[in-house]
Amino acid sequence: MLASRNTRASGARVAAAPAQRAILAARSGRRASVAAQAQKKEIMMWEALREAIDEEMERDPTVCVMGEDVGHYGGSYKCTLGLYKKYGDMRVLDTPICENGFMGMGVGAAMTGLRPIVEGMNMGFLLLAFNQISNNCGMLHYTSGGQFKTPLVIRGPGGVGRQLGAEHSQRLESYFQSIPGVQLVACSTVKNSKALLKAAIRSDNPIIFFEHVLLYNVKGEAGDKDDVACLERAEVVREGTDVVIFTYSRMRYVVMQAVNELVKQGYNPEVVDLISLKPFDMETIAKSVKKTRKVIIVEECMKTGGIGASLSAVIHESLFNELDHEVVRLSSQDVPTAYAYELEAATIVQSSQVVDAVHRIVGATAPVRA
Amino acid sequence: MLGLSMARLFASAAASPTIKVEVLPYKVHRIEAPSNVVETNVEELMGFYKLMYKMRRMEIAADMMYKAKFIRGFCHLYDGQEAVLTGIEAAITLKDSIITSYRDHCQHVSRGGSIVSLMAELMGKQEGATKGLGGSMHIYNRKNNFYGGNGIVGAQIPLGAGIALAHKYKGEPNVCITMYGDGAANQGQKYEALNMAGLWNLPAIFVCENNHYGMGTAEWRAAKSPNFYTRGDYIPGIKVDGMDVLAVKNAVAFAKAHALANGPIVMEMDTYRYHGHSMSDPGSTYRTRDEINAMRTERDPIERVKKLLLTNGVDAADLKKIDKEVKKEVDDAVEQAKLGKIPPLAWLWRNMYMAPLGAGMRGVLPDEYHVPAFDPSYKS
Repeated sequence: MLASRNTRASGARVAAAPAQRAILAARSGRRASVAAQAQKKEIMMWEALREAIDEEMERDPTVCVMGEDVGHYGGSYKCTLGLYKKYGDMRVLDTPICENGFMGMGVGAAMTGLRPIVEGMNMGFLLLAFNQISNNCGMLHYTSGGQFKTPLVIRGPGGVGRQLGAEHSQRLESYFQSIPGVQLVACSTVKNSKALLKAAIRSDNPIIFFEHVLLYNVKGEAGDKDDVACLERAEVVREGTDVVIFTYSRMRYVVMQAVNELVKQGYNPEVVDLISLKPFDMETIAKSVKKTRKVIIVEECMKTGGIGASLSAVIHESLFNELDHEVVRLSSQDVPTAYAYELEAATIVQSSQVVDAVHRIVGATAPVRA
Repeated sequence: MLGLSMARLFASAAASPTIKVEVLPYKVHRIEAPSNVVETNVEELMGFYKLMYKMRRMEIAADMMYKAKFIRGFCHLYDGQEAVLTGIEAAITLKDSIITSYRDHCQHVSRGGSIVSLMAELMGKQEGATKGLGGSMHIYNRKNNFYGGNGIVGAQIPLGAGIALAHKYKGEPNVCITMYGDGAANQGQKYEALNMAGLWNLPAIFVCENNHYGMGTAEWRAAKSPNFYTRGDYIPGIKVDGMDVLAVKNAVAFAKAHALANGPIVMEMDTYRYHGHSMSDPGSTYRTRDEINAMRTERDPIERVKKLLLTNGVDAADLKKIDKEVKKEVDDAVEQAKLGKIPPLAWLWRNMYMAPLGAGMRGVLPDEYHVPAFDPSYKS
């Protein structure tokens, strides 16, 4: 936990790793055109999430926030900065360090009709709250015969960060996906993070909302207070014909970096950001699979038992005849995330590997187009 | 003092003359003990007798149904502990909340549920309290603020703190009674919940039903300190003779007033269960039959109330009449439950989520898809 406080204290990612610098460079062209457009302000993802929480708390007095350091400290990633001054200590509740305890408390409060947003300072800490999330949150509507709902939003950053060590680099979507009754949503851009969080807060289902440690300072435009996304819809990031790449969260940027390179080489990949990790948006997924007939999955989960593994199984089982090639799945290695920079980079998927995968599945040279 | 005035409120509701009963003095921790002279009357005692006898017969019926294989899986019976719940309900209202673990059959009935719906749930019928989907360990009654029915012991304690938080958040003058056993009292999350409840002065009453055995492990073998009423440390505690419904009622009334004014309090109810931990446990490998029989003859909660009624002018024949009526009510409920229908297969996928997702679910075999019909009336 101390580690994550230090990363926040160091502020914006000045010492960005080469990969991220490349992403920012690739997007500078787009940013110039954005600046030329209407005066819509560019904000960072943490500000967008904060706006979402603020707007929803103002709209509905039963919405409240609980978690470690969400109040007076302002949130370890600033997602609740200053909100306690506006809404008071009861609505922005600083909890002690007891994930099992305060997750249970959030569920109990939700059972009475409140709509808590429970923050895990790092998603990995929520392993301590697994029992509450699985048994008392996910299953409750069902086992109570429909009597209770748990309109909880469980949110927090996960994923592999910048040398945060094995225990602070976990991908909890792997473990949570099997829990019956919860919805899993992963945001990736400023715009979709705000719109999806608003939708998650308004939803009556328990939503586990995955943010990423390295995306909080990503810049973009956010929607206004009525912009509420659909939680079950995937986002087509780029339309294409040669192959479809399914991805989510930070891997979207890794994929887009690879796509920039691939486009130069003459390829035309389609990129779909899953957004809804459970349930999968099979309508969008099937449409892309049928159009391109070649599938690559790029995930940050480990090879064993992650979101990509489930998606790969679904695509093979239900869309087999629409495929010209078996699904190629790029995942992290089944190892604890090492501390050393180079080893950490080797654990997760890099954009060059995505380029290689496209070469492998589409062909070493781009297809000739009419 | 508080306990006495609260008790007087109950007694004054009826017309019969007040009876003063001296109960076992309370052991206290960081708080002043309430008076151990409890006021009651024949009408109130008759109500206690009826409810406790109903609970007793219900659990015995569940035992018989389990042995006859109408009830399967886990079945944890409450007989012996009736005074705890009856005393609690007498001191609170249906607007206060109760949450407990899996020994929850009687809470359903004390919170206004019918015996038929309880039996139907135990038999897995669609007329059951949770439509046959929950079973013995998952009985809930939202309308009357009964929050279950939890399978993992100890997990209900933070939930209870959350319910108390919600009462405070909404400004309601109500408490949450969070019940757990001596076994669960050693769970870490209990101390997490106590800490938070104490920090924010939540109106939470933590009730440890100490029946002295955590399944097969005696309390002194599981807890370094078996004085559960002191283990809240900075949270005040009170130890109550849990086999005496009047002692319980008085103490809980005192606790409710304390919780609403000051914050959380821990209560230890010294009680006993006649059955084993569950129906798969004979209950005799870790305790002696002599001990069980001694409890039945010396401290049975129903017998105690019966003696009080008889010494205060109630005719034994009247009590026998109540016995017969209750037995018939329970037997009829069992028979009615047996005639209930199995939940239809479509309920397997109905309302997995609160709101429809427009999503289908894959079945066991490939090419099997179920689109759960969302039923907005599927809630109470």
